[in-house]
Amino acid sequence: MTKGILIAGFGGQGALFVGKILAYCGLIEGKELSWLPSYGPEMRGGTANCSVWISDEPVGSPQVLEPDYLIAMNYPSYAKFINKVSPDGMVFADSSLVEEKSDRQDIKQFLIPAGDIVVEKQLGNAINMVLLGKLLAETKLFSLETVQKAMEKCLPPKKAKFIVSNMNAIKVGMES
Amino acid sequence: MKGNEAMAEAAIRAGCKAFFGYPITPQTELSAYMAKYMEKSGGVFLQAESEVAAINMVYGASASGQRAMTSSSSPGISLKAEGISYLAGSDLPAVIINVQRGGPGLGSIQPAQQDYWQATHAMGHGDFHILVFAPASVQEMVDLIIEAFDTSDEYRMPAMILADGLLGQMMEPVSFPDEVKIDKVDKSGWACSGHKMQREHHIVNSLYIEAEKCEEVVRKRFERYAIVEEKVHKAEVYMCDDADIVLTAYGASARVAKSAVNQARKLGIKAGLCRPITLWPFPKKELNEAVKNASDVLCVEMSMGQMVDDVRLAINCSKPVHFFGRCGGVIPSPKEVLEEIKKLAGGKQ
Repeated sequence: MTKGILIAGFGGQGALFVGKILAYCGLIEGKELSWLPSYGPEMRGGTANCSVWISDEPVGSPQVLEPDYLIAMNYPSYAKFINKVSPDGMVFADSSLVEEKSDRQDIKQFLIPAGDIVVEKQLGNAINMVLLGKLLAETKLFSLETVQKAMEKCLPPKKAKFIVSNMNAIKVGMES
Repeated sequence: MKGNEAMAEAAIRAGCKAFFGYPITPQTELSAYMAKYMEKSGGVFLQAESEVAAINMVYGASASGQRAMTSSSSPGISLKAEGISYLAGSDLPAVIINVQRGGPGLGSIQPAQQDYWQATHAMGHGDFHILVFAPASVQEMVDLIIEAFDTSDEYRMPAMILADGLLGQMMEPVSFPDEVKIDKVDKSGWACSGHKMQREHHIVNSLYIEAEKCEEVVRKRFERYAIVEEKVHKAEVYMCDDADIVLTAYGASARVAKSAVNQARKLGIKAGLCRPITLWPFPKKELNEAVKNASDVLCVEMSMGQMVDDVRLAINCSKPVHFFGRCGGVIPSPKEVLEEIKKLAGGKQ
């Protein structure tokens, strides 16, 4: 099993954090993995993204250029990467932000109104967690138990209160 | 852990007691980690007023017998060049980290490997060498930092970790050795650690007014370099036994090359990879062994072609050596490299 995951959004939307959770899930399950953030000019206005590999084999190039799974948290990210998704790949995006849906038939697109969901369910800004939940539900990449452990590793003690709210948002996303 | 942070933690565990830095992307996390943890470990962290000041502080700390380190990225390393020449001229150990970015000039802030010539052939004025280690994973960054401190102490010469923005910024699982043996080397014969009127005073200096004396010192140093060249050389050899096409690449580009080799193998093309882990001394023996059965060599770099010269020299041009590179901060994709491999394989069929 080798999966390349690309998570993209505006800076501050938590793209890198979603990547970190997935990387830690891989670590907990004894997989080979890498996590690579973009830190170039795209971080200074535009799309911020991060590449995560989860694999049974040692990871070669840490860049994910043709993702198996894409999480796009804004339209520029969706537009930029939709044609890079590998055939049979899956895309997870906020439907309320996707201005023009790609007509690619060789990939599966899961567009859910994540922005509306977080308002309705009072989940704060956890759009990233809702989309992560959807990814977990459709790909079965990691169990909720593993994600819980990863969440506990990724959040420092002073931010521990977010563990519960993030996990709630992931569960909502799984059911969306 | 991020590569930059892992290198910082490894240095602390290797007994580094003095770190002098100056911020620059994509290396800054290293200095930030040192700022946070160096003092707790009983060492000194100091953000200098410039790169030049930082490297000269390393000179001072090293002359006192302590393990000292500085880190920067390409433009900052150029500023340190003068100080590195002085360290070499004074036979001082030190570890210098270069998290390379695109160049020349201010260039770009993305990963590159455009400082190979500088690191291995011209790290300052004068006739000298420094040890150059090239990690290709976060774990190897940790292992090589420890090795760099040890080797640098043993041979009394500066050591450089030639990393790049990709390795510095990426996170990978990493484990640290439980216990790092430190201070294996006795520095009491030369270190300026205070003579307390109990012994002759020591002088650490690189100035020799008399030409003959200067030549003698340089010659002696080169005798030591000959030993280093014999003892310190390392490479990872991957699937080269039956390979028709052997790729050579170091650091981040070696990861890309390895992916391309794996893809080529799936297509039935016999490709392999020889990855130098030490760039000076260059692993000539390992490379010659790796290309023994190959018809072609393909050097992949994130530059316009620098290491490729050493590859040709090392094998005495016994095989055709081809080159593929991207530069300025652009990372080659495994696909691009695979296309190059296919071209070479196709040419023979």
